Amino acid sequence: MTPDVLIVGAGIVGAACARELRNAGVKVAVVERDLIGGGATAAGMGHLLVLDDNEPELALTKLSVALWHSIAPQLPAPAEFWKCGTLWVAADDVELAGAREKLAVYRKHGLQAELLDDATLYEVEPHLRPGLAGGLRAPGDAVVYAPVATRWMLADVRVTHGRVVELIDGGVRLADGSVLRAGAVVLATGASSLIDGLAVRPRKGHLAITDRYPGFARHQIIELSYLQSAQGESNESVAFNVQPRPTGQLLIGSSRQYGVDDSAIDDPILARMLARAFEYMPALAQCNVIRTWTGFRASTPDKLPLIGKYGEGLYLATGHEGLGVTTSLGTAKILAAAVLGTPSPIPPEPYDARRFCARND
Amino acid sequence: MSKYDIAILGAGPAGLAAARAITGKRVALIDDNPRAGGQIWRAAPQIEIGSNITFIAAARVFHITDHFTLHTDRAGIIEAPKLILATGARELFVPFPGWTSPGVFGAGGLQALVKSGLEVKRKRVVVAGSGPLLMAVAATLRKNGAKVLAVVEQAPLQRLLAFLKRYPSKLPQAIALKASLLGVPQITGAWPIKFDGGKLTLSNGRALDVDFLACGFGLIPNTEAARLLGCRIDDGFVAVDSKQMTSIPDVYCAGEPTGIGGLDKALAEGRAAGLAASGLTPPKSPSRAFVRDLAETFRLDPALAALATPDTIVCRCEDVTRETLDPHRTWREAKLQTRCGMGACQGRICGPITAQLYGWCAESVRPPLVPVEAQRLKIANTGK
Repeated sequence: MTPDVLIVGAGIVGAACARELRNAGVKVAVVERDLIGGGATAAGMGHLLVLDDNEPELALTKLSVALWHSIAPQLPAPAEFWKCGTLWVAADDVELAGAREKLAVYRKHGLQAELLDDATLYEVEPHLRPGLAGGLRAPGDAVVYAPVATRWMLADVRVTHGRVVELIDGGVRLADGSVLRAGAVVLATGASSLIDGLAVRPRKGHLAITDRYPGFARHQIIELSYLQSAQGESNESVAFNVQPRPTGQLLIGSSRQYGVDDSAIDDPILARMLARAFEYMPALAQCNVIRTWTGFRASTPDKLPLIGKYGEGLYLATGHEGLGVTTSLGTAKILAAAVLGTPSPIPPEPYDARRFCARND
Repeated sequence: MSKYDIAILGAGPAGLAAARAITGKRVALIDDNPRAGGQIWRAAPQIEIGSNITFIAAARVFHITDHFTLHTDRAGIIEAPKLILATGARELFVPFPGWTSPGVFGAGGLQALVKSGLEVKRKRVVVAGSGPLLMAVAATLRKNGAKVLAVVEQAPLQRLLAFLKRYPSKLPQAIALKASLLGVPQITGAWPIKFDGGKLTLSNGRALDVDFLACGFGLIPNTEAARLLGCRIDDGFVAVDSKQMTSIPDVYCAGEPTGIGGLDKALAEGRAAGLAASGLTPPKSPSRAFVRDLAETFRLDPALAALATPDTIVCRCEDVTRETLDPHRTWREAKLQTRCGMGACQGRICGPITAQLYGWCAESVRPPLVPVEAQRLKIANTGK
């Protein structure tokens, strides 16, 4: 059976695209070199959040978070979907002014948000350090355990295990020499690319997880200057980002590094990341860390994903940086629209898969 | 920060033998427990160590950097240019219905509890599982007043007899243990299949009412520190040369991590590692045949892998049942999809169990080796 569409990569982006196309009646198959949801999907925090750094990011994250809420009731319990909301922390009055602007943007787009003064901030998150200016609460944001959600999305999709080494006319060639044919191929390969010169770079991240401390934090808590770390081009940066898991464990992030392909723990970066976390939540220093790990985000020059047609019979759904879990569902809508020739729910141009290609046509 | 010439991880028989073999060097002897002796000599009345040796008790090494900086949870940072890994072994558990109920202990675990004061007087106890440890545990329990109803060894009698025939030097020890267990039924070729509210059912159909069930199905080497250092591992054990040196220069390994062989092997290897680390030539290391024969004698019956029913818990930290694990093909897949091995023990207990049940092997080791306060992990990673 030759599928209409073959998706390369069973991370959450590939899985969401497979599910979307299948629901639209397309014959879909997926090929994965390792485990379902075992790459950046497993390495990330699984934070589902609206980000407003620019219009296209806002449009895609807003659409996606809404889609997550719509599928939440169907998700299996081990997917641990939890609408804990995001708390953006303002360290000083300058950042608080930034929070006010953010609030205005959220309101303008019909998103729930509220500004917290310092007193309310400590009421809702008592472990934050004294002296912070306040915060912005986005109650619509949520968290999910992404590997389980990914597997759920692929429940009715055929997944072949194999490493794709080459794109060929009408399909792909695997490492064992076999060929998988398809009407069209979608590359959802994250930080590992099959196309020379694709504008996707791996961006390494570290995370640590603690033992169980139920109630220690109630929201995903992020410093407002996080976006400078995420959006910046600096070779190394860390930002305070803590997530309570429904188990009571705490995920501690985040770090970003370009130009590193070694997945080993980078001791100095992990130390900087922890130090940043202690600055915001001093009591974290006394929590027991039980595990640390790394992963690779697929980063594009403008930090927006590459979604849509790339060549004849070839589509991309990659380059999601640290937002792949959130934006997987919106990406799937845009990708499916491109494949099927139907209208996209949001303007697809900002995510154009060819936008970094030399214009010689 | 304290500096030494040699650091020994583990103050059990192998670590102590290594320490005793070293003269004229400053040695740090580090152990998780408050007292030296390891599992086998736990709380022994008197363990003498030389004045060149600093015993660093109740400290767990959670990270090793450079060549070599040991980061501990309670004793700060220890530096030494040579390391001897004498990290011992832990018990293997086999899940069966009821194995996580109150009243069921690890065999070595119960022995340790008794040695540190748990009252077992007149308690009805069955010791079950596999390996020479069972008899020793039963003897300790009996000495402390427990009513040992039976020792249940899964290996068949013929294999045990064949083993003793091959190793007559072990006979006096076996006879002494047997004498101390006079009147205690010793059942071979059988194992627990169910434990329910104090009612123990054995595979041979016998049912016993017990207060405690002590279970241990052999030993799993503690190789985490060796793996963190990148030492070569063969078939689950740390590979060493004739001087007990691992594939990483200046890292030696002795005792159970190089092959489960018990006390005599641990003492000989510990001594050899101590001599080699001091720059002396150790005597020729004893034959490895004993390790192989021991493993062969006490190899687990395949039927043990079928004892867990669908709802039997396999991962105790995360309450993951057998039926939840069954659909998965690898340890990492099971971990990602079921959280098996993601809890506080980080797969130390359930990893070896799934190796028995499914043939899975655990993945690479990352710091921290043991749960540790975030601030200590931060300090370890900045090196300040």
